[in-house]
Amino acid sequence: MTVNLGIGLPTLLVDYLEEGFPVCLHSENGIAGQGPAVPFERADRNLIDAGGAYVSVLPGTSFFDSATSFALVRGGRLDLTILGALEVAGNGDLANWTIPGRFTPGVGGGMELAQKARRVVVLCSHTDKRGQPKLVRQCSLPLTAPACVDRIYTDMAVIDIEPEGMVLREIAEEYGIDEVVAATGAPLLISEDEIGRF
Amino acid sequence: MLRWVVVRQEAGSRQKRPSGQALGQRKPLIDKTTGIEKAIECIPDGATVMVGGFGVPGTPFCLIDELVRRNSRRLTLIKNDANEAGMGVDHLLQNGQVERLIVSHIGLNPHAIELMNTGRLAVEFCAQGILAERIRAAGAGLQGLLTDIGVETLLAQGKPVYQVDGRSCLLETPLRADIALIHAQRADPFGNLTYAASARNFCPLMAMAARTVIVETEELVGLGDIAPEAIHTPGPFVDYVVPLGELTEAYGVVSR
Repeated sequence: MTVNLGIGLPTLLVDYLEEGFPVCLHSENGIAGQGPAVPFERADRNLIDAGGAYVSVLPGTSFFDSATSFALVRGGRLDLTILGALEVAGNGDLANWTIPGRFTPGVGGGMELAQKARRVVVLCSHTDKRGQPKLVRQCSLPLTAPACVDRIYTDMAVIDIEPEGMVLREIAEEYGIDEVVAATGAPLLISEDEIGRF
Repeated sequence: MLRWVVVRQEAGSRQKRPSGQALGQRKPLIDKTTGIEKAIECIPDGATVMVGGFGVPGTPFCLIDELVRRNSRRLTLIKNDANEAGMGVDHLLQNGQVERLIVSHIGLNPHAIELMNTGRLAVEFCAQGILAERIRAAGAGLQGLLTDIGVETLLAQGKPVYQVDGRSCLLETPLRADIALIHAQRADPFGNLTYAASARNFCPLMAMAARTVIVETEELVGLGDIAPEAIHTPGPFVDYVVPLGELTEAYGVVSR
């Protein structure tokens, strides 16, 4: 499958890929089949990922221009994107590009990834720096894309976005269900089946 | 009768054209190599300038430095990003030459963010792939494009909405420029270009979307030295080819 990892936390996932795991990593700046990051002593000055990290090639890597890169995204060839988040709402709305007046780096490729990847997974801390829930009833920040998120992985839980709202799938060993519910700003649907642990 | 005679003359002159064999020996394609000063001289105050590159790869640092020396004012820049503080287009920002920036992202340049937040620089953000398509549309002679990217977001503000197959789409206008500044890995004198690795990014799109296209190249090769099927930007899009000497530090690996 073809996968795009967002800048920040998701990019770190590359180091956890098993060797030989069949995945084609896409980078917005025009790479498919991207290889792992390399330290700058071994870097090719012309080869970075969308976050500016120096990366490598693998047998089968391809390079292309930015229009082709986003044709791949918008045209439905991107199977999965894993993105960071500032807020996710119960209906899957995602806000991750601006805190008006405080933080506006620009949207980059985020809107197209969120709106057009076939599956959108969010990887983020369960609460923000001030302990406020990132998973909320309704986003207060400007949206990256409406109703786009399929699943959320946090340090506390794994949650799916279903038509009826957020469904708790797994919780981390060190937390109880009550703690996860308390740290979540949206109603959490808890299945009668056993909740997984990680 | 007169009309018939005219046609006969045209047909006659056509017969005198060289045969396929002789074509190979005709005068080579024109030489567009130029000194950097002469190339950048054509950028006036108030120009709209596209600058290739995504981060360091593809950014034409030498052309930018020459534009700083040329000191053209009130520029509108179109670029994916604003490089980093103290690098590339940031020199134009620091020199107060830029009035407006059309970009997808400026997160790696705190200086640009500060200029924006203090109202000294107008910044228009565009979704990255739509920025690419708006540039491509201009280059392809199209008058815009319809997309559902950004619907129900801040980026939809002020854009006309059309219904296509029951779906709301925004009208995105083409982005044209007076000048495009491009960095190539290799060029021939006619302006056939190749780009290295992830340095391609916006370069081939911008090379189609500006009235005057100025290319700096790491390597200048002879006509025919780049295989026709390996050319990324065909020569007819290019106006000036500026061969670079030894690359400056700006092109190197950035150790953060």
